[in-house]
Amino acid sequence: MRITLPTWFHKLASPPHFYRFARLLGPWLLWVSLLLMLIGAWGGLFLAPPDYQQGDGFRIIYVHVPSAYLSTMIYAVMATAAAIGLIWRIKLAHAVAAAAAPVGAWFTFLALVTGALWGKPMWGTYWEWDPRLTSELILLFLYFGYMSLRSAFDDQSRADRASAVLALVGVVNLPIIHYSVIWWSSIHQGPTISKLDAPSITTDMLWPLLVMILAYTLFFAAVLLQRVRAEVLDRERHARWVQELLAGPEGEVR
Amino acid sequence: MRLLRAMLLRDLRLAFRRWGDVVSPLMFFAIVTSLFPLALSPRHDVLQSLGPGVLWIAALLAMLLSLNALFRQDIEDGSMEQLAIGPHPLALLMLYKSLGHWLVAGLPLVALAPLLAVTYYLPGDAVAALCLTLLIGTPTLSLLGSVGAALTAGIRQSSGLLALLVLPLCLPVLMFGSRATALAGQGEDISGPLLLLAAMLALAASLLPLAAAAGIRISLD
Amino acid sequence: MTEFLAMGGYAQYVWPTYGLTLIVVVINVVAARRRLRSVREALALKAARERRRRSQA
Repeated sequence: MRITLPTWFHKLASPPHFYRFARLLGPWLLWVSLLLMLIGAWGGLFLAPPDYQQGDGFRIIYVHVPSAYLSTMIYAVMATAAAIGLIWRIKLAHAVAAAAAPVGAWFTFLALVTGALWGKPMWGTYWEWDPRLTSELILLFLYFGYMSLRSAFDDQSRADRASAVLALVGVVNLPIIHYSVIWWSSIHQGPTISKLDAPSITTDMLWPLLVMILAYTLFFAAVLLQRVRAEVLDRERHARWVQELLAGPEGEVR
Repeated sequence: MRLLRAMLLRDLRLAFRRWGDVVSPLMFFAIVTSLFPLALSPRHDVLQSLGPGVLWIAALLAMLLSLNALFRQDIEDGSMEQLAIGPHPLALLMLYKSLGHWLVAGLPLVALAPLLAVTYYLPGDAVAALCLTLLIGTPTLSLLGSVGAALTAGIRQSSGLLALLVLPLCLPVLMFGSRATALAGQGEDISGPLLLLAAMLALAASLLPLAAAAGIRISLD
Repeated sequence: MTEFLAMGGYAQYVWPTYGLTLIVVVINVVAARRRLRSVREALALKAARERRRRSQA
């Protein structure tokens, strides 16, 4: 079975096209995402009423949940890009995977630390071997492994393909790891975490969260575009379009 | 098929000729498990509760020890390149390679485990569960390890990296193996985790050789 | 205002999380920018060197 990709995909996947597209779109995305983040933070800190159980402590949700969501979403993006790069041999897809990894690791770290700071008032301890925190920690290790493998190769193409295989093995493993952690902790007597489960959420509590999730997603897209631009320039440094950009009216690559 | 069997036999013969390949994981397993009572506490109840986890972690690390060399010789003497262009699917070859690794580095651990379990005062049921979970779980570790070894085959100084890649992936096996052992010690039914370990082995055996084959192809060119 | 800053007694947990989020956001923006700039500068340097060599030849 051969699956072919639509033509717009191929067009966008050509590095010069993508470079121009990213240069146009990137700054817009960044400013919109930062604005949305401010709106979300304002809504979360000022407008949302305190939770009846967790008081004002629940306001951590507005920075914690989006980063936890982003940490797995970025891994999915990375693995998808890696698969596309591996199957259709599209170099840009490898550049996207390479660019996504450090951002994913940062947001996994953020999810862990904000989770710990939420856990302290709610569970009375910074760290709990709770399924979600544990899976998040392992996700961080997977990002570290991916980045280390990538940097261990001198040859770009080998680094791309080897790390792509690892990303795919990791993406199959992630749900297995997640569910085994859940099983493991369900028979492991721990503190009850009912305080965090099923929060009774009202509309004025919910909308800042949705805005924040959107803001984080756009922020990731903006940072990704900028990182992919750097990757593409670096990888295509001998290509003619880069040379033309270099010899352009600005005198340097914009 | 004959070629594959010949390769497996050659691997085993080589391993048993260099006796260290078989003995060093066993010694590592024994030494690491004996460190814990000395470092923590020799009390029976402490060791009994730590035993399943410690024995499983030590077995996992002992299996990692020999992974580095899994493909090194085949790549250095050029036989891997021959095999890669040969008539057999490379993934099948990888399956045999993992099997060879398990026979040399995994199966002996299963045999030694009951002896070490007794020094942790594990009850009889837990000893049996430990052997059973190791028997089902360690092949999965060999398969996961073969992917890591294939991906890092072209890299010098890869041992630390290999551990970093493989250990997080091994966690489900470790968790199910050690928890099932502990549960058996409390007299509980462990057929659930055992079936899950078997399911993981089936999944690993069907998918991971493909990933290892892709990794070897990348390392070869 | 002080009441708002106190966060109902949760100030020591709420504000660090928001502060850390801000730091991570800034780090990501700056790191991506710096990476792009360093690639650009390396390319520009190489181009300049090439131009010089061509003019000498």
